Amino acid sequence: MGQIEWAMWANEQALASGLILITGGIVATAGRFTQWYFGAYSIVAGVFVCLLEYPRGKRKKGSTMERWGQKYMTSVVKLFGPLTRNYYVRAVLHLLLSVPAGFLLATILGTACLAIASGIYLLAAVRGEQWTPIEPKPRERPQIGGTIKQPPTNPPPRPPAEARKKPSEEEAAAAGGPPGGPQANPIPVTDEVV
Amino acid sequence: MGNCMVNHWFSVLFLAVWLGLNIFLFVDAFLKYEKADRYYYTRKILGLCSRTLRKQLDHNLTFHKLVAYMICLHTAIHIIAHLFNFDRYSRSRQATDGSLASILSSLSHDEKKGGSWLNPIQFRNTTVEYVTFTSIAGLTGVIMTIALILMVTSATEFIRRSYFEVFWYTHHLFIFYILGLGIHGIGGIVRGQTEESINEGHPHKCAEYFEMWDDHDCHCRLPEFEGQPPESWKWILAPVILYICERILRFYRSQQKVVITKVVMHPSKVLELQMNKRGFSMEVGQYIFVNCPSISLLEWHPFTLTSAPEEDFFSIHIRAAGDWTENLIRAFEQQYSPIPRIEVDGPFGTASEDVFQYEVAVLVGAGIGVTPFASILKSIWYKFQCADHNLKTKKIYFYWICRETGAFSWFNDLLTSLEQEMEKLGKVGFLNYRLFLTGWDSNISVVGVFLCGPRTLAKSLRKCCHRYSSLDPRKVQFYFNKENF
Repeated sequence: MGQIEWAMWANEQALASGLILITGGIVATAGRFTQWYFGAYSIVAGVFVCLLEYPRGKRKKGSTMERWGQKYMTSVVKLFGPLTRNYYVRAVLHLLLSVPAGFLLATILGTACLAIASGIYLLAAVRGEQWTPIEPKPRERPQIGGTIKQPPTNPPPRPPAEARKKPSEEEAAAAGGPPGGPQANPIPVTDEVV
Repeated sequence: MGNCMVNHWFSVLFLAVWLGLNIFLFVDAFLKYEKADRYYYTRKILGLCSRTLRKQLDHNLTFHKLVAYMICLHTAIHIIAHLFNFDRYSRSRQATDGSLASILSSLSHDEKKGGSWLNPIQFRNTTVEYVTFTSIAGLTGVIMTIALILMVTSATEFIRRSYFEVFWYTHHLFIFYILGLGIHGIGGIVRGQTEESINEGHPHKCAEYFEMWDDHDCHCRLPEFEGQPPESWKWILAPVILYICERILRFYRSQQKVVITKVVMHPSKVLELQMNKRGFSMEVGQYIFVNCPSISLLEWHPFTLTSAPEEDFFSIHIRAAGDWTENLIRAFEQQYSPIPRIEVDGPFGTASEDVFQYEVAVLVGAGIGVTPFASILKSIWYKFQCADHNLKTKKIYFYWICRETGAFSWFNDLLTSLEQEMEKLGKVGFLNYRLFLTGWDSNISVVGVFLCGPRTLAKSLRKCCHRYSSLDPRKVQFYFNKENF
């Protein structure tokens, strides 16, 4: 169990809580329940939590699956620096956000879930985790003509012999296929129908 | 789409029937509460609910997820409906206008006078939150829903693949879910009119005279209600019993002694274990769950069996791919300490069993994924040894894709002896295999790629060369040369 990054689960839980808060809020507001204005708050808080939690942080080890379209929110969340990087801040923030929704039955589920997410974030913070944005990899621009060191000296048809050092393996890269013809191939090549 | 249907027609049919049943049950329950007489007064105060149905199948994981999504959907509908219910009950309780709703709400909760109340909210200043957390239905509902949400958030693909233990242990919250589900309806909060009461004064006749119910000379009396018995246990009883039986059986099986007869360390950090267990029998391509108490008491990991049923032992090949596997390999590498104890559960079946049903089989294995096919090929070898010529299979195409050359050594012997066997029997065309190497060692630094062909192919090949040149950590460069003619 050594390598668990609790923040990743806390993130999923918080995102779910945001959605639950929004749903409960809509039900309470649309149904004009008693004290429905807590429902209105719940919708706003839910939207905020969803936006904050949507960009997934980078894992310490291994590759991270980005959520679709998260790069836009990543740039916004990145701007707040330590406020969004630090998980203690998130734990406290979520706990505070969850409290007002606890006054209404329709949104109390959101409160419970967000409070749990806050607890998991606290655990993550205690273990020293923090939120790192996933940056897009810079694409190396291929230089035109840079890959051609010298023009091919041997026009086809030509034997593939010089390139092959290990005759027991076949390589999947497309090489110029040995054409038929009157020339003797150093390595017998059979064309097997697959 | 057409091909998909042909291959999966049974699953599609089953799903259609299951969905149809779900819809039927939902509509049936809905109509019951919407139309039936005993719920006439209940309807006057409020709304309704729904149920779900569960079953187990061979494509169990996909089905499990589908059922889970259904449960989530119905849970959401159920909760939202009850939220509206409670709000209306609350308003009815607080109404002072002498309406039907307020009179119904004032029916007594006193057990001595019959306890024939309709509105679960007893007093005017009782909040819905109070009722939620002090009634069995409300409390179990909250516990169940939180358990469900935690199970779902820890079961997303990302969490499952990256931190399996979080998913596995959290998923055991299902115990609370099922227990809660069983006792959820015990309180009988949903009330219907009693038979007696309907006979004395049918709602269609008496409802409009509600203002006179108190009068002694009114032919209608106060209606009386009783709680509906809980029904969820009827749905979950059979699956729960089946599940408990299965767990007991698996526990018993795992307690049987496993004797390790041979341990082989292959290159590329692959460990082969050959074992024996009393009463163990397998088919090709099946898998077992393995537990090693000295590494982790509670973790069970699945491994495909690489031995053939004809052999007198069973074997697995384990590749180092995480904490548990690395610790296991390290434990077996210690030459001077005793071999760790292993527990085995299984075998369990998978699709590879069907390979002998087809005339032509195409087997594609990537890296350690080749294991079920190793079992199949070995089995074929034994079948030919025993001159079993009744095999339906006439041709096998085997594609094995590996990252390193060392990986091929695992089944090197098997492949060569199979080839020899085929030649001896004159069945040269039976087994065709292609091995593909996707990695390259650091001795190769420059690869020239030459193409003579159509432009579109040149474009994608050039893209591949650029992609693999820049990202590969071992700094191999592919130089793409295209010739124009």
